[in-house]
Amino acid sequence: MSDSIKNVEEKSGVVVITTSGYFNNIAGDAVLEVFNEKMEEGRTNFLIDMEDSKVVNSIGVSILIELIEKLQTVDGKLAFTNLAAIVEKTFNIMGLTKYCEVYDSVDSGVDNLS
Amino acid sequence: MNKQNPVVELKLPVIPDIELSATKTAEVISRHMNLSEEKTGEISMAIIESCINAFEHSKTKEIFIHFIISADKLTIKVKDQGVGFDKSKVEIPNIENKLNSDERKRGWGLQLVSALMDTVEYDSDETGTTVTMTKKREDNE
Repeated sequence: MSDSIKNVEEKSGVVVITTSGYFNNIAGDAVLEVFNEKMEEGRTNFLIDMEDSKVVNSIGVSILIELIEKLQTVDGKLAFTNLAAIVEKTFNIMGLTKYCEVYDSVDSGVDNLS
Repeated sequence: MNKQNPVVELKLPVIPDIELSATKTAEVISRHMNLSEEKTGEISMAIIESCINAFEHSKTKEIFIHFIISADKLTIKVKDQGVGFDKSKVEIPNIENKLNSDERKRGWGLQLVSALMDTVEYDSDETGTTVTMTKKREDNE
């Protein structure tokens, strides 16, 4: 597993991807790789836990737009949890939060997505 | 701006993630200025995006960052000696346009910097680019 991915697990049918460190292009690509693998297995609900990624850049975040795009084709859902304030603000400015919910905890996200 | 304003200068080579060293400096300066955590995060994000833009587009091997501390605001200048760019030709990104299209998903840097800082100015020609951005110490100034 990439250093940018701390953990991947499934909870009640939701794939929870926990990132680690600076969310740049490398981290974005790592998430996309896991996402693609799980999509091929038929998973359509994803929660990204960014508790350990307090710093992002727009190149990494722009890769998440690809996830949204792919999920729209299968009526899937992408959500985020444990966002630092500046990360959530960045997501707002870029428009991701128009398409993805943000939850306070992994449990809350899983409850709402499952 | 008077001569007594403290200035912190950084020279960053183009190596992966080096922009994070500038955000660490910004955090120290923000603490010195008693800026809020929210403002500190916004400054750090704006610096990251400005550095990435310079690294990606200027075709230069190093950039210079000046932090100018004054009574009412922090001024940050991100300079490169690269090829310059025409801001009027940079499209404003929109997620709706980027979804379900062949349009590249990237290109958010200028919009983010503009949204996160109080003022942003670009001075660019074929000898380089200087981005000058400010964050006011108080919201009501």
